[in-house]
Amino acid sequence: MAWEYSEKLKDHFRNPRNVLLGDESKFEYDGVGEVGNEQCGDIMKIWVVIREGRISDCKWKTYGCASAIGSTSVLSEMVIGKTIEEALAVTPSDIQRELDGLPGAKIHCSVLGDKALRSAIYDYFRKTGQIDRIPAEGEIVCECLRVTKSEIEQCVHDGLYSFEAIQKRTKAGTACGGCKEAVTALIARAKERGGHS
Amino acid sequence: MRVYLDNNATTPLAGEVQEAIKEALGSFGNPSSSHEYGRQARELVEEARGKVAALINVDPSELIFTSGGSESNNVVIKGTICRSGSCVFAKKQGRAHIITSKVEHPCVLESCRCMEHEGAQVTYLPVDEYGRVSPDDLKDAIKDNTKLVSIMLANNEVGTIQPVKELTALTRERKVLFHTDAVQAVGKVPVDPYELGVDFLTISGHKLNAPKGIGALWFRNKVHVCPLIIGGHQEWGRRAGTENTLGIIAFGAAAELALKTMKEEAVRLSRMRDRLEKTIIERIPDVKINGHPEARLPNTLNVSFKYVEGESILYMLDFEGIAVSTGSACSSGSLEPSHVLLAMGLDHGLAHGSVRFSLGRFTTDEEIDYVLDKLEEVIARLRAMSPLCPQN
Repeated sequence: MAWEYSEKLKDHFRNPRNVLLGDESKFEYDGVGEVGNEQCGDIMKIWVVIREGRISDCKWKTYGCASAIGSTSVLSEMVIGKTIEEALAVTPSDIQRELDGLPGAKIHCSVLGDKALRSAIYDYFRKTGQIDRIPAEGEIVCECLRVTKSEIEQCVHDGLYSFEAIQKRTKAGTACGGCKEAVTALIARAKERGGHS
Repeated sequence: MRVYLDNNATTPLAGEVQEAIKEALGSFGNPSSSHEYGRQARELVEEARGKVAALINVDPSELIFTSGGSESNNVVIKGTICRSGSCVFAKKQGRAHIITSKVEHPCVLESCRCMEHEGAQVTYLPVDEYGRVSPDDLKDAIKDNTKLVSIMLANNEVGTIQPVKELTALTRERKVLFHTDAVQAVGKVPVDPYELGVDFLTISGHKLNAPKGIGALWFRNKVHVCPLIIGGHQEWGRRAGTENTLGIIAFGAAAELALKTMKEEAVRLSRMRDRLEKTIIERIPDVKINGHPEARLPNTLNVSFKYVEGESILYMLDFEGIAVSTGSACSSGSLEPSHVLLAMGLDHGLAHGSVRFSLGRFTTDEEIDYVLDKLEEVIARLRAMSPLCPQN
């Protein structure tokens, strides 16, 4: 396969920043989140340290391909120093932009990174009694990319009726593909309920 | 240092092959022409055919040149199950049945699927943990309408050699045709289709130090196959189109070289491969060797590294100048990891973490040492950042 990766991604893959090396249990953090599974081939785990409403440190570990590792590395650099609100506003597109683009088949790596960070921040909210700041996630349809039922329903509401169109937006089913049936069934049900043709 | 350990993907042109091409550059004649130009080209083509035939110990009149292994495999599967009115097989029975295995090359699997769309039935035989098809499974799968069995001789990903001789003993008594895709075996181990008892055998040039775009198909003269490419009398009407003379000449030179050096090369390669395998096991914990311990190509080593993903290993090694391949889904562009490793019963994690080292004619001991050092570093680095790897 030809190099489809940008120089920036290659650099982050070769020289990853902020990896949590050594004994995990010795690292003091305020929130931790993990997404993905071994079957999909990607697992990302992110630890955040929060001081006065800002992310003062962000460490990570990733099992996955070069773009998964590069995405987590660049994300950790992007969010250190940001306020929680600013960090939560980071989107997969921001990660892609920061990496000077990702190959089409690897977009899900940036989606995973984003979800792992969110999950770590929500863990901090949970631990500090700020449950009200965690948005209701809802039932997860695509385990690999943590795409929820309500996200799929929103897509149908917006007029996306095919699995492919919804996959394009949410990246559901782009890792192991095991949720295709469930997503297709959800589309059918949401269409019925929505009364669209 | 640059080290190429992806010889099952393709091989460099041997010096002898390059010389043969250079010498033939001026022989531009069409081998079908009757004049001196044509006769000269024909002579070179037939000389090369003789050399390729000698490599597998067959009569040159039973060997046709094709564009490569994929074409040879396509023509056998599509050509024997042809449903056109003129095809003797189509007339003999209604719905044809094909038996193949789950670990074949995609060009065999997809051709079989294509024939399923055309109405044929296909059985995909399972394999054991080493990637071998069981003769009992084949015996049970043969039906009255079974026309063709296609089982590879050696697997490209793990190197496992199938018990083809045992399998053909079963098809012969049921008068079922047997095809073997031998692209990975020919040139690495002795291959003789008569000895194996097969009816068709596929060979590829670029797997044995010849260029891409040239291959061959051997089949018994009396067997009928509908050609894929028609509209010319070339290759005795079995494959139309003006011969790829330069490719054929190069293929001949490569076959001659392979025949001459196969015995010593097999010893040299298996010694280096075994050392690579043994040292990886000694130096790197949590690895799994994939493939049959004995019935395996001398040049192939497939290893799964737990807790890490193959594409990242591949690129980290690539940065160090080392070329390997992986069964990880991430590098194939598909969602699933290697169909071969999954068929062998590996879980997704081990399949994603698999790396194939395939040695070749130009591999040296120094290169193996370099790979061992770099590999140990790369696996340690990737494991240090893997959330799956247990803490030290």
